[in-house]
Amino acid sequence: MSAFYLGAALFLLATILLGLIRVLRGPGSGDRMLAAQLFGTTGVTILLLLSLTLETPALVDVALVFALLAVVAAVAFVRQHGLPEPSGTPIHQRHGQKKEPDDDR
Amino acid sequence: MIANTLTVILILAGLVFFAAGTAGLLRFPDVYSRLHALTKADNVGLGLVILGLMLQAGGPADILKLFLIWVLVLAAGTTAAHMVAQRTWTHGEFESDR
Repeated sequence: MSAFYLGAALFLLATILLGLIRVLRGPGSGDRMLAAQLFGTTGVTILLLLSLTLETPALVDVALVFALLAVVAAVAFVRQHGLPEPSGTPIHQRHGQKKEPDDDR
Repeated sequence: MIANTLTVILILAGLVFFAAGTAGLLRFPDVYSRLHALTKADNVGLGLVILGLMLQAGGPADILKLFLIWVLVLAAGTTAAHMVAQRTWTHGEFESDR
């Protein structure tokens, strides 16, 4: 059984390696973030399989922490340039916009 | 014995879903369809693998912990997929590649 779990974990590792192609090529930053999402899910699964192979129950807790941190990465990516403003926001209150040269005076 | 066979079958089915998710991530034409392939296929694959591992778990606490991991990954995947799609929609696809 242990060899089977290890084989499954190696298969998932090959999946991650294939996903790296998307990180290299994928045209938009959203595509790269999706690859990161794939690594998160697959990484959790690999940890669960390894916890049985190596008979280390603590790896299940590590997988739990990984599952929690996956959200943080996605939220940090989306908030990189700030959330979209509500449509009624006046120009002088908008964030992340280029300031007009006269704005500072 | 039956539990071991069921575990092998469930994990193999999960691996098929993971392979399908990665194939979708590599082959589909745009962000939205990739999102669709990856999020669904991977979460089902993880669910199947976790079901397989639950059959090998030592007690109710272990089973509950595995289930909790799956629920967390589901919630994280859904939130991330929604936010990435919304950001691509509002900011444009190539916005941060300047």
